[in-house]
Amino acid sequence: MGPAELLGVTTMSLTAPRRAALSEFVLRTPAVGPAVALVFAVVLFSLTTDTFLDVDNLSLVVQQSLVVGTLALGQTLVILTGGIDLANAAACVLATLLMAKLAVGGTASPVTLLAGVAVAVAVGLTTGGVVTAFRLPPFIVTLGVLTILTAASRIYAGGQSYPVTDGLLGWLGTRQYLFGQIEVTFGMGVALALYLVLWYSLTRTAWGRHVYAVGNDPEAARLSGIHVRRTLLSVYVVAGLVYGVAAWQALGRVPNADPNAFQTGNLDSITAVVLGGTSLFGGRGSVLGTLVGALIVAVLRSGLTQAGIDNLYQDVATGVLVIVAVAVDRLSRRRQR
Amino acid sequence: MGRRGPLGRSGRGVAVLLAGALAMAGTACTSQRTGRTGGAGPDGRVRIGLVTKTDSNPFFVALREAAKARAAQDGAELVALAGKFDGDNDGQVAALENLVQQGVNAILVTPSNSTGILGAIRHARDRGILVVALDTETQPKDAVDATFATDNVEAGRAQGRYVRAALAGREPRLLMLDGTPGGTVDEQRHRGFLDGVGLAEEDPRVLAKEPTNGDQNKAQQAMENLLQRAGDVNAVYTLNEPAARGAHAALQARGLAAQAVIGSIDGGCQGVRDVKEGKYAVTVMQFPKKMAEEGVRAAVEFARTGRKPSGFVNTGSTVVTDRPVPGVDSEDTAWGLRNCWG
Repeated sequence: MGPAELLGVTTMSLTAPRRAALSEFVLRTPAVGPAVALVFAVVLFSLTTDTFLDVDNLSLVVQQSLVVGTLALGQTLVILTGGIDLANAAACVLATLLMAKLAVGGTASPVTLLAGVAVAVAVGLTTGGVVTAFRLPPFIVTLGVLTILTAASRIYAGGQSYPVTDGLLGWLGTRQYLFGQIEVTFGMGVALALYLVLWYSLTRTAWGRHVYAVGNDPEAARLSGIHVRRTLLSVYVVAGLVYGVAAWQALGRVPNADPNAFQTGNLDSITAVVLGGTSLFGGRGSVLGTLVGALIVAVLRSGLTQAGIDNLYQDVATGVLVIVAVAVDRLSRRRQR
Repeated sequence: MGRRGPLGRSGRGVAVLLAGALAMAGTACTSQRTGRTGGAGPDGRVRIGLVTKTDSNPFFVALREAAKARAAQDGAELVALAGKFDGDNDGQVAALENLVQQGVNAILVTPSNSTGILGAIRHARDRGILVVALDTETQPKDAVDATFATDNVEAGRAQGRYVRAALAGREPRLLMLDGTPGGTVDEQRHRGFLDGVGLAEEDPRVLAKEPTNGDQNKAQQAMENLLQRAGDVNAVYTLNEPAARGAHAALQARGLAAQAVIGSIDGGCQGVRDVKEGKYAVTVMQFPKKMAEEGVRAAVEFARTGRKPSGFVNTGSTVVTDRPVPGVDSEDTAWGLRNCWG
């Protein structure tokens, strides 16, 4: 195992021969394929509908992908380690309820926000703790956590949803106009910042190299002196933090905390991760790919609606794309071996 | 672990992805796009968006199919969208936004969350789009231009009155199989039923209340568990027909089917057949096709004349049973089978 494998595959190899540069770049940057698909979809819908290519609509598409995109960011971290997180959206929903209910009860809004994020981090810490301490498969652990959190949310909510009027909790939905034209929300800025921070951490720090190494081959990682358990635990905690931010994003988008929300958020986030070129086998992928993956889903929804196509056909399209993305991953994996 | 293989394979991967996207988008565009051109349409076609709670529930399928048929008849184009599950407010918000962007004249929506959807509705109405709620009200009700729905309190009350009369003087020992906690419709039917049967929410004769999400399996399980501690039940409220089927299965398995009067609401064809077979005593039929047709009619009229519907329009409900009781107007299952949906 050379250093390039340990680095993960998001960074370009420094030793690649020039003639191989393009192929190498595409292979080592799994986000390229999805990015091409995204551009292709945008161009296609721009040409075939009159309403898709429009500054307001493109802004809307980004806003529609913020919550799932943020959930998918945490999901990417877990999947990079070879795990999967079925409870991410449930943690996010519980956090929204905590924030909203505390706010209704008159708690100061910075405290409610921190409490919501803290509960999501606590969930991550617990999940990661169980996964590492007992060496249990994350699929099973998070399935259990999902069940518990769903029930906890319903118990806590007492069969109600909670409209949020608090300024800080809804702040991420605040609209601004760049150059007086382009509608942006603070949520976009926060999501972008979060993506950049994690992209940097994964590709430019020792922690990031460890995450990829653990996902590639935990045994090899251990032998090369990496604290595998500590790395895994840190991933679940960071993911929890990200889900806490997703909760804030959710309240910014729709100021209403509802225990029934985002029931398919876990699968939606996995869809975005897979479309973004991250391998479900771990050790391979990038957060920027996930960003693209989340946008692809929203672009399809919006574009196909503009084209007058019903919901069920939109789901078919998304499903086809997921299988194509996995097939591409498989092909390029085989080629690597 | 080898480093890297021959050139060009990853290029092929991208090509595969592109081809997939192309094929998918190509099919989509040719099969479903039926002659729209932007704005209100120089071709004069009225465009309507329909957003239901889900695509899977037969009630919403019936509503969607009726809306499509009526739209085709009126020469209007109808795009049908839906949430992924009952309660998917986020999905419904995105659907509304995308319909607004598409430039529809009117949106018909069955809100999954009566408050969570309000922002998206306001966004649409601010752009001059008619928004009509079907089946489920928003809170507040005047957030939409009009609501075409069953009066669910009244439907619940009819079920309650029937069950009380069918008990013929016996003291009620009631189990309630509810839907989803916090659902508007669930709450209205529940409240209406208690009013009709003449019991208060906290009355000790109400032995238990269980959420079932309107799902047959969950309802059966809930009923089995409830029977364990209250075997002397003689009246069962159910939120919908799948829940009633679940309740019947649990009662029958314990040989208690004869002692309890099960009531239900919906009027799906399967439900009417169940009543005919005596699985439960009564169902209160509602009329999703009427909601859809009235909704499309109002949307087309708005697009052509600018006239808006307003207020709550009750699309009605009818008690269907083969064992009529005094004091409750009802139709038999033969009528029910002619008028049922799904």
